Amino acid sequence: MNIVHADPRGVDSGAHFMDGDHAIAEGALAAGCRFFAGYPITPSTETAERFAERAPEVGAMFIQMEDEIASIAALIGAAWGGQKAMTVTSGPGFSLMMENIGLAAMTETPIVLANVQRGGPSTGLPTLTAQQDMFQARFGSHGDYNIIALCPDSPQECFDLTVEAFNLAETYRTPVFIMTDETVGHMHEKVVIPPADHIKVVERNLFTGPKEDFRPYRFDSQGGHPMARAGAGYRFHITGLTHDERGYPVMTAAQNQVVVTHLIEKINGNAECIIRLEEDQVEGAEVLVISYGITSRIAVRAIAEARKKDIKVGALRLITVWPFCERRIRELAGQVRAMVVAEINYGQMVREVERCAAGRCRVISVNHCGGAVHDPAVITQAIEEACR
Amino acid sequence: MNVMTADVPSEDRFAAMLRTERMPHIWCPGCGIGSVVTCFIDAVRRSGVDQDKLAVVSGIGCSGRVAGYVNFDSIHATHGRAIPVATGLKLANPELTVVVISGDGDLISIGGNHFVHAARRNMDLVVICINNFTYGMTGGQVTPTTPGSATASTTPYGNYEYPLTLPFLADACGASYVARWTSLHARNITQSVEEALTRRGFSFIEVITPCTTLYLRRNRLGDGVDALQYYQNNSEILHGIDTRETAIELQGKIAVGKFVDREKPTYLDAVTRCNAKVIGDDYQLYGKTEPEKKSAEAKKTEDQVTAGPVSGGHS
Repeated sequence: MNIVHADPRGVDSGAHFMDGDHAIAEGALAAGCRFFAGYPITPSTETAERFAERAPEVGAMFIQMEDEIASIAALIGAAWGGQKAMTVTSGPGFSLMMENIGLAAMTETPIVLANVQRGGPSTGLPTLTAQQDMFQARFGSHGDYNIIALCPDSPQECFDLTVEAFNLAETYRTPVFIMTDETVGHMHEKVVIPPADHIKVVERNLFTGPKEDFRPYRFDSQGGHPMARAGAGYRFHITGLTHDERGYPVMTAAQNQVVVTHLIEKINGNAECIIRLEEDQVEGAEVLVISYGITSRIAVRAIAEARKKDIKVGALRLITVWPFCERRIRELAGQVRAMVVAEINYGQMVREVERCAAGRCRVISVNHCGGAVHDPAVITQAIEEACR
Repeated sequence: MNVMTADVPSEDRFAAMLRTERMPHIWCPGCGIGSVVTCFIDAVRRSGVDQDKLAVVSGIGCSGRVAGYVNFDSIHATHGRAIPVATGLKLANPELTVVVISGDGDLISIGGNHFVHAARRNMDLVVICINNFTYGMTGGQVTPTTPGSATASTTPYGNYEYPLTLPFLADACGASYVARWTSLHARNITQSVEEALTRRGFSFIEVITPCTTLYLRRNRLGDGVDALQYYQNNSEILHGIDTRETAIELQGKIAVGKFVDREKPTYLDAVTRCNAKVIGDDYQLYGKTEPEKKSAEAKKTEDQVTAGPVSGGHS
């Protein structure tokens, strides 16, 4: 893995007053992304607009494609053409992208996709917030595969985690999702973009050996196997079909076992390196509040209210949502009386918490069907109920 | 135009551009896809395009398998998505010559929207549509090009839809080069592909091919030789004809030839021109013009700005 400083051309260093959507575009440029293909959709469009505005001055390619299907397809072509590539969308577009998310996962193509979530299902609430695509992010395309998903809770983190998303995509050769939401996407806050030499960027791992030795894949459950850039003379072949290490189709159950196991384990097996959590007063807590994205900022108020009532409340924020922090939840399930999971959906990540808690503590879902953030009092109430 | 000579390439010349370790291929006896592949690689050889600077993208279906058999950088994409994948590949690496080879169902039905917009943008792609009037891989279903009244497994009593005329579609969408041949016209296909490889913009070549196993058999049209006989007796070379006159009826006349060849700026030309207007003449896509090239004075002013408490200037 080759880690370098960011190319200063893409880094708009300084303190900005910026929304989350714009910060995603700046994070991408800082991370070395020079290819953006997208299709307008509320509430994500500002990222595309920002990238379009900045593209000429950094020599980047911006293309507005005919739809979201084409957008993510173009990313796969661009990645194998040698560029770091990203797109941005929201629920309906995310649904359209599922087919080629599968192709990116299967061909182990590093791409970054930001989903600025809005209320659903279907056209739902185009301008209003939600966190309803969390399971779709993990399981939305057909077949078994794996991905990484990050969840920023502020415009600053939109910048920081977009840089990290590109680094993870290159490290594990996988699609990485930034699962933000309308509230964070449209929230203006201070965003500090560091100088280029303070930003670490993982460069594409390109094969440099003799042509006859090149293999586009190695099914070692690790990831990060070197790629080739089209035009470099390696004459790679990639396919969505089940394939061998040369990329050639192999239509057998045995080979699918090899490929699928690799796709899943290269991420699960490195989960401890990938997962980032933020914990607050977890030691000795009776109740643990688990949340992510904008909801974790609502939970801060709820937790403060509960603490005023002398309830020992800890907070766990999922910065990395997928892979899920199974080990930590198992540990904590033996230490707390209850886990309160607040999220703007009908109960998605709470299923993962329940699975890992496995009956060793109560798990309470504080769900919300989208269109607004929680009333903090509802979360406080759930914390109080958890103590009874 | 070049006069085609009789020096049919030797097997060795073919072999260098094929993944011979993947042979035998999956195509049926009498199928026209192999003929198109042969013409394509012969055209690459004649064109002088560097084998390492050419990439092939296919979609799904019998023709979608082409990408796996040719010895270039190649992507076997999802169904219908060969054109947008190729678009990304070309724009990410403009030095590449990017060729899409796929079928009528893939490019025109499920991928129809992408076809329309790539042609509209005059995207620098060579798109070869192998049109056999049917979905071969899935068992002979009707496609948007199946001629009226032909039967297919999903139109067992005859096709009742209006078919698309592909040269007319490509022309209307803005393709800058449009040609059509049948798989009988090996030298003409080679010549058209060679022309397309050495020009810029969206080049579309339709090749009518027989699907012996499904389309011909179901419609009692004989075997591969009968299809070639039909092509020979019914094809008419009509260069420059109005593309509205190129519809194909069941076992009817087939207008072949080069219908459109017009110069206009490609997508990359247009992007470069527009951005150079904004940035200046030293604009270069993926180039390293900033900040090294900034004048000392500009740099000094910038230092003064960034020394202040806030703002990188884009908020």
